Amino acid sequence: MADETAAASKAYLTPFNMVAGIIVLLGVIITVLRFTGGLAAVTNLSDYNPWGIWIGFDLLVGVALAAGGYVTSAAVYLFGMKKYHSAVRPAVLTGFLGYALVVLALHYDVGRPWRLPYPFIVQQGSTSLLFEVAACVALYLTVLFLEFSPAALEWLGLKRARRLAVRLTMALTIFGVILSTLHQSSLGALFLIAPSKLHPLWYSSYLPIYFFITSIIAGLSMVIFESTLSHHYFAAKMDANHLREKDGIALGFGKAASFILAGYFAIKVIGLAADDNWHWLGTGYGFWYLVELVGFVLLPCFAYAVGVRDKNLKLIKWSAVWTVLGVALNRLNVSLVAFNWHLPSGERYFPHWMEIGISLFIVTIGVLAYKFIVTRMPILYEHPDFQGEH
Amino acid sequence: MSLTRRKFLSWLGAATVSTTLGQAAQAASNKHFSGYPQSHGVLFDNTRCIGCRKCEEGCNQVNELPGPDRPFNDLAVLDKPRRTTAKAYTVVNRYENDGMLQGPVFRKIQCNHCLEPACASACFVRAFTKTATGAVIYDPSVCVGCRYCMIACPFEIPAYEYDQALVPRIMKCTLCYPRIVKGLLPGCVEACPTEALTFGRRRDLLRTARERISQFPERYIDHIYGENEMGGTSWLYLSGVPYREVGMREDLGITPAPQLTAGALSAVPMVVGLWPVLLTGVYAITQRKEKIVKAEQEQAVAAAREQARAEAQAQLAQALAKAAQEKEAAIAREVKKALEEAAKVPTEQAAAAPPADTAQTPTEEES
Ligand code: SF4
Ligand code: SF4
Ligand code: SF4
Repeated sequence: MADETAAASKAYLTPFNMVAGIIVLLGVIITVLRFTGGLAAVTNLSDYNPWGIWIGFDLLVGVALAAGGYVTSAAVYLFGMKKYHSAVRPAVLTGFLGYALVVLALHYDVGRPWRLPYPFIVQQGSTSLLFEVAACVALYLTVLFLEFSPAALEWLGLKRARRLAVRLTMALTIFGVILSTLHQSSLGALFLIAPSKLHPLWYSSYLPIYFFITSIIAGLSMVIFESTLSHHYFAAKMDANHLREKDGIALGFGKAASFILAGYFAIKVIGLAADDNWHWLGTGYGFWYLVELVGFVLLPCFAYAVGVRDKNLKLIKWSAVWTVLGVALNRLNVSLVAFNWHLPSGERYFPHWMEIGISLFIVTIGVLAYKFIVTRMPILYEHPDFQGEH
Repeated sequence: MSLTRRKFLSWLGAATVSTTLGQAAQAASNKHFSGYPQSHGVLFDNTRCIGCRKCEEGCNQVNELPGPDRPFNDLAVLDKPRRTTAKAYTVVNRYENDGMLQGPVFRKIQCNHCLEPACASACFVRAFTKTATGAVIYDPSVCVGCRYCMIACPFEIPAYEYDQALVPRIMKCTLCYPRIVKGLLPGCVEACPTEALTFGRRRDLLRTARERISQFPERYIDHIYGENEMGGTSWLYLSGVPYREVGMREDLGITPAPQLTAGALSAVPMVVGLWPVLLTGVYAITQRKEKIVKAEQEQAVAAAREQARAEAQAQLAQALAKAAQEKEAAIAREVKKALEEAAKVPTEQAAAAPPADTAQTPTEEES
């Protein structure tokens, strides 16, 4: 008996669980500090720098990287690419978890989180891009929840409810694409109101379009990246179908990502020309801009293309990671690095370690939730009772 | 779902309507809003300011803000540039100048009460209102604390109570709204000993400012800051040195903030209107393609089945034919045998053989 408990607790004491445990514990402590001492106690935010990494990373990067859900379900259900079907459920699940965590992170950042519904139920600030973002994110979270629900209902064995949820697939997919188009682009448009604060190389009236296009790129790359990770850790959970389609998905999505990256590079150059920003390229910010544009757009675009041509899955997987980092870099540049560039360095923002702690905490919750769900629900395999039904 | 969707569409409707109507005024209108005709403002003339910080003190008192970190008569704080904070709606900064004027130049900072405020257009709960008095006021009872207004304000005015755990507010100058509606002067204006601050109708202030410039052209830069900056502000400035030398941005342009986001906002109804149509179209094409493929497949299957059936039939016929042939052959054989038997009988009878033999032969044949 005593041996058994020892064995059980040993099984839980994996390095992964220990690290996750420490992060969660730390997260809980910082949470208490945040809600007793205010933002001043745990962040480096200031009157000049009202937004830090909880917006720059948790919101902007988070939403971009959760784009896999709408990209994949649109590809499969709207564009009829049935051969990618096994990618839908994992992508929708990560999308759902991603958005849920974005909303969770906002509860830390805003001053009075229980008022988050106010913009809808008390007064609508409809001239604000943030209103559009909030409305679409709230609705899209609901859509993702419904899109995800068949998996949970299959797990629970609720056939009638599941059939109902599945019947909504088409409508939900279309609605999801509309909402995603709107809020992915609006996140970029948030910064349109501050031309005097954002560096001209990053400020552009095309910001909404840039954000929308990069969300597609991020979505495609995240699907490849996640499938690599899932295959590494949860291969036992994958069914034959999933394993068979996996490489085709990497090739197909990699090819699409390469094309869209090329298009994105082109419109970035058009933006540069439209605002006649060439002279900025010679400055320090210009160098950083080129690092982003060449190092994290053009090069991964080539890497993807070569990977697809040679059917080199390893290269495709690395290109996916590279691209994801590139999109993250872009969001951080717009919201933090190039924002407030005019201020003296003493007034600039750098995150407090506790801000990073909360961001890590939230990512960890996401990983734990993902793990909990894929080891239980039919995400990476088809439920035997519902084979080929969706 | 239809309910949420209807609600969603009504929000979009609200977005579109408020862009074309109303004082919220803000997006997507090509009309230039030049302010409420009777609205008030303050003119700050930095050639008259002596940097005494009396306005800071007056503001602190009328707004009942927490006491200052350093007493208001301590002028050493002017050594470092400061900005508005949650505890100070207004601050005065000192700038050395090496130009024609002797001595330093001062600048008073507070909310400029824009005619079309960026903060108000950015707030997603409409916590800010541009009132007819000219004052832009803030309602803490709806504020969520997202701090987008601070991102939006081009003059970097709104401050936030970062040390409040649960009830933080945005803090900024109110143009002493509660006082001016009662006919009182703003606290800072009242406290100013040198009349560097003048309160009045914005129109009159513009006229006064122009008069001062034309009367003393050598004393002033020929520009009234705030007349057109960011679409115009209720607070106006006169300066003896170029504005950038006293930390005021000259690159803000004259586009009111709401116009910066008008394009993006007007794209919303387009996306909502067009996407469903396009996507359903794409879906329909996909469906049709699949249907065609399916139909072709079915045809192929049917054809294959037909062929198989025909083949099977042919085989059956063949088999039947063969069977018939075999039967015929067997009959022929039997007949032949019978004939042979018959032929044998007379010979045997002639040889007088025993009849047992004849009985035996057919038995062997059968087996
Ligand atoms: S100065 Fe800033 S805070 Fe004041 S009204 Fe204008 S935008 Fe709003
Ligand atoms: S912090 Fe408050 S006032 Fe400012 S934009 Fe957000 S909700 Fe509006
Ligand atoms: S108008 Fe009132 S609130 Fe504004 S700076 Fe002057 S005293 Fe302060």
